[in-house]
Amino acid sequence: MRQRWVRIVLLILAVLSTGIALAQSGGELRFCLRSDPKTFNPLLMADDASETVRYLTGGVLMRLNRLTQEAEPELATSWKVSDGGKTITLKLRDGVRFSDGTPLSSDDVAYTVQQLMDPALHSPTGDAFRSGEGRVITRVLGKNRITITFPAPIAGLDKLFDQVAIMSAKSPQKEMAVLGPYYVAENKAGAYLILKRNPNYWKHDSSGRQLPYIDSVRLEIQQNRDIETLRLERGEIDFINSIDAEYYDKVMAQNPAMAHDAGISLDAEFMWFNQVPTSPLPAYKKAWFTSTNFRRAISEAINREDLVRIAFRGRAHPAAGPVSPGNKFWFNSKLQPHPFDQKSALQRLAQDGFHLQDGVLHDRDGHMVEFSIVTNAGNKYRERMATMIQQDLSGIGIKLNVVTLDFPSLIERMTRTFDYEACLLGLVNTDLDPNSQMNVWLSSSDNHQWNPSQKTPATAWEAEIDKLMRAQASALDAKQRKQYFDQVQEIAWEQEPFIYLVNKDALSAVSPSVRNVHPVVLRPQVYWNIDELSLGSEVARNK
Amino acid sequence: MKWARIMAIAFLLVVSAASLLANFVAPASYAHQFRDVPDAAPSRQHLLGTDDLGRDRFSRVLYGTRVSLLLAPAAALLASVLAALVGGIAGFVGGWVERCVMAATDLFLSLPWLFLLITVRALLPLNVSPVTSVVITFALLGCLGWAGAARVVCADARALSQSDFVLLARASGSAGIRLLWHHLVPNLKPVLYAQFWISVPVFMIAEANLGILGLGVAEPLPSWGSLLRELESFSTISGQPWQFVPLILLIVVVSSFHLVLTQEELPV
Repeated sequence: MRQRWVRIVLLILAVLSTGIALAQSGGELRFCLRSDPKTFNPLLMADDASETVRYLTGGVLMRLNRLTQEAEPELATSWKVSDGGKTITLKLRDGVRFSDGTPLSSDDVAYTVQQLMDPALHSPTGDAFRSGEGRVITRVLGKNRITITFPAPIAGLDKLFDQVAIMSAKSPQKEMAVLGPYYVAENKAGAYLILKRNPNYWKHDSSGRQLPYIDSVRLEIQQNRDIETLRLERGEIDFINSIDAEYYDKVMAQNPAMAHDAGISLDAEFMWFNQVPTSPLPAYKKAWFTSTNFRRAISEAINREDLVRIAFRGRAHPAAGPVSPGNKFWFNSKLQPHPFDQKSALQRLAQDGFHLQDGVLHDRDGHMVEFSIVTNAGNKYRERMATMIQQDLSGIGIKLNVVTLDFPSLIERMTRTFDYEACLLGLVNTDLDPNSQMNVWLSSSDNHQWNPSQKTPATAWEAEIDKLMRAQASALDAKQRKQYFDQVQEIAWEQEPFIYLVNKDALSAVSPSVRNVHPVVLRPQVYWNIDELSLGSEVARNK
Repeated sequence: MKWARIMAIAFLLVVSAASLLANFVAPASYAHQFRDVPDAAPSRQHLLGTDDLGRDRFSRVLYGTRVSLLLAPAAALLASVLAALVGGIAGFVGGWVERCVMAATDLFLSLPWLFLLITVRALLPLNVSPVTSVVITFALLGCLGWAGAARVVCADARALSQSDFVLLARASGSAGIRLLWHHLVPNLKPVLYAQFWISVPVFMIAEANLGILGLGVAEPLPSWGSLLRELESFSTISGQPWQFVPLILLIVVVSSFHLVLTQEELPV
């Protein structure tokens, strides 16, 4: 009798545990997008929302592992770069099918690459592959083998394929036929998107079970961060991929298990002076702004530790240069942030003839040192930093006027009229490779913000940066490239055309119901391993 | 109602006096950042705590009140003078002049003033001191805020110009500037006063709107607009009720202005 009861209890426990296991494998993951995706064509995606959809639905040849920051095989099981970095030969995975059942072949890769490089399409993703004049040649060597030859060598070629979602050449669904873990099942503009599990997704876990674990993903369109945070608290969404320091502190205070700080992100906040020779600034101000001593003095007069502690509530780190320590390979560890030292700043200024008179700094011609700094209105972190810099610079007798402008007006002044003195902005870095910064560092580039579109480099150090950036872009050996780019970072640290202020932390908030979450500094911080995420039993059952 | 009006006047006097004497009353400079105590709760040193940069909130409220209380009436005066000129002349002259001027006024009213302000603000020189920026902001508000009042003044001026006493004055040989200045303007005064008092809180709120967008008074000078920006993220301030003081002050001051307006001062 007793044994019978034990058997019954065991049977009930077994049934319950089976139920829980089943529940854990399904459910709906919910999070918010700031806006509707502008396109579903993976080659035309440039906005955050579209990139999120591409990451969740697109199948790529190689995937940059966000944890190790190394390229790993996905649809391509192996690849070989040859011909001095111009050619890549790929071997594709067998038996892979698109979400609509169409089989993957080399023709699809050739089709995607031709679309990617089609000048008429203007693919933002394709820009990274445009190494030189000429056509890209694709040669299909068999059903699962293909060679792609670019007109000029491309450094870090394999990692660039992380952004290229392979499209079907034959599917009637065109770009809606996908190879990633999910496909777009429903799109209600302005409200939500529903992604459903791709029944033909090729990936399986170690026990042979098909991935992803979660059945569907609901992407709610929500611009208001207050509401997004409230919805997370109420359990209506499962995570916030990237969260501000203030909201992070609030989440931390209410539920520490939800708050995740992955460490220093790749993003940087910095300021720079207008050094454009044709700008409508008075000659004496142009002389200040083109002086290395002046820029270094300003940099030393800014208390970066305070910026971190007060403006970012400690959720940032003082920045040293163009590469954040979050970029493990490319960061030049020899560089340290410029220390806060107003005495040293005044000594540097004295070398250029600046002097204090009744607590006010004057140049050698007697002009009072006063300038304005512009930043975009509505960004409270930048406004706080500008106001703090205002007080810091008053410590060396400089009067700083803080001006906030709406973004279009700011861009107009930065890129067309050059009618500004200093600017405070930030850079959102999504790419580890320094090639993505070519358009910033080359003196001929439109985005060389302090003095864009130069016909010949205005200074010797800019000429040196041009030379080193081109050298790193054409070198194939990673160590050699690193040496060149280290030198660029050292020149930038020494000359300070950009005065780097802080690197923000990569902050996110995740409900404890989401399992296998390991937030990282690279985007997408929380769901980079989407196919391995699962939901807790309670959540899965309710949803 | 009379008592409420007296209370409102007394409150406005106290607030005005405290803000005008801010240099003596405020415990600290509105700009000084006490960086060791950002976001501090109220204490003996900081009666309303400190803001996110460690600035004494009580001092900033006093100085911000001074800015808004001084400059909003100044902007209202500018708008009322413009309204008197445009509306008064259009109503007095009448005919096609009135139709053209009122059509232009209607066009002006239909412009999205917030975008207009943002655009005009963006075109101004950058290197201006905070004090200049605040004067520019309110001058812009005054220059752009006359149209509604001009319509009211025009209607009143038209009615007056057709009234018996003006007919009598015309019959007595009074015309042109003399008729306008001696007979029309004195009778337009109640309407102009009412428009002025109505405009004051409107401009205070308009500056607050601009401040919330980050386009109002330049840092570090405080205004009610910049002080209200602290409230834009409700979820982070819900545990700090003292941050609502500028909002409460704005509401009470604007309500007091409305109470001060007696029935007979308002146009019927």
